[in-house]
Amino acid sequence: MSAPRRPTDPSGLERYYVLTGGRSGPGGGSASSLDVATLILARSAPAPGMQHEHEEILRRCRDPLSVAELGAHLGLPFNILAVLLADLLDADRIEARDPIPASDADRGPDLALLEEVLSGLERL
Amino acid sequence: MDLKGFDHPDGAADGGTRSVKIMIAGGFGTGKTTLVRSVSDIKPLTTEATLTQASAGVDHLIGVADKQETTVSLDFGKIGINDELVLYLFGTPGQERFWFLWNGLFKGALGAVVIVDTRRLASSFRAIEEMERQDVPFVIALNVFPDSTEHPVEEIRDALDISEHIPVVAFDARDRASSRDVLIALIHHLKDRSAVALEPR
Repeated sequence: MSAPRRPTDPSGLERYYVLTGGRSGPGGGSASSLDVATLILARSAPAPGMQHEHEEILRRCRDPLSVAELGAHLGLPFNILAVLLADLLDADRIEARDPIPASDADRGPDLALLEEVLSGLERL
Repeated sequence: MDLKGFDHPDGAADGGTRSVKIMIAGGFGTGKTTLVRSVSDIKPLTTEATLTQASAGVDHLIGVADKQETTVSLDFGKIGINDELVLYLFGTPGQERFWFLWNGLFKGALGAVVIVDTRRLASSFRAIEEMERQDVPFVIALNVFPDSTEHPVEEIRDALDISEHIPVVAFDARDRASSRDVLIALIHHLKDRSAVALEPR
């Protein structure tokens, strides 16, 4: 038997079940396109009566924050967080910006983007 | 809609910030998290994914049927490229069979750095195979450990069986400038590939 990973949270499975209403994600729809590097930006303030985790997400995403950082700060696994984010996306309460790929199927390689990253790295 | 406190004055005061990501792959203990720590603006964070009861069938297939929950971790850091662009670096978990948990971890990545410990070349074979299979552009970074013996780059390229256009660079994952140079080598490689792709035939 291995030691629990998160001793302060002995009931992980039960907690996640409650948080997501028993849904396991990312199953489909808006949750399935979320990337760990997708930036989440709140579009509205938390409303009274919202689920605590939804509120917490809106509060932390006043400035764009990646799904990975959100997961780390909230102590939620990616797949559980994806379900909660999908709820907020469907309700139009957050905006999700996917990471920019190096090349686009229509426009081909994005050389300007690579130059931008390069000059940023050179300044480190 | 109630936008109080969320109203950005000129409509785009969040700067329209976007992100890009680079994956750091390689065998267990090759220095993935060390590299992330060396160049990251923030202390590396960890994001997790779980296989729960709902995935019991999958659990069984990969031989951990006795567990109700399996946790896989992804260490990451970030670099502010400029006011509108953030680069995220993700150190991939050594257990490649779990990568699916993150919706296609490599999709949308600019490219990858595969770290190789020259004392244990074989530990990074799987990561290289995965990059080739998923068609992710990558560079090989030889992490020079204090007791590593000198290996000519060509000899290592041969042993790893990678094509000659893939850059192989030696570096020290503990060193910020050295780790940054590996990322720069990757971007140069991506630019070269793009230039080839853009050339008229």
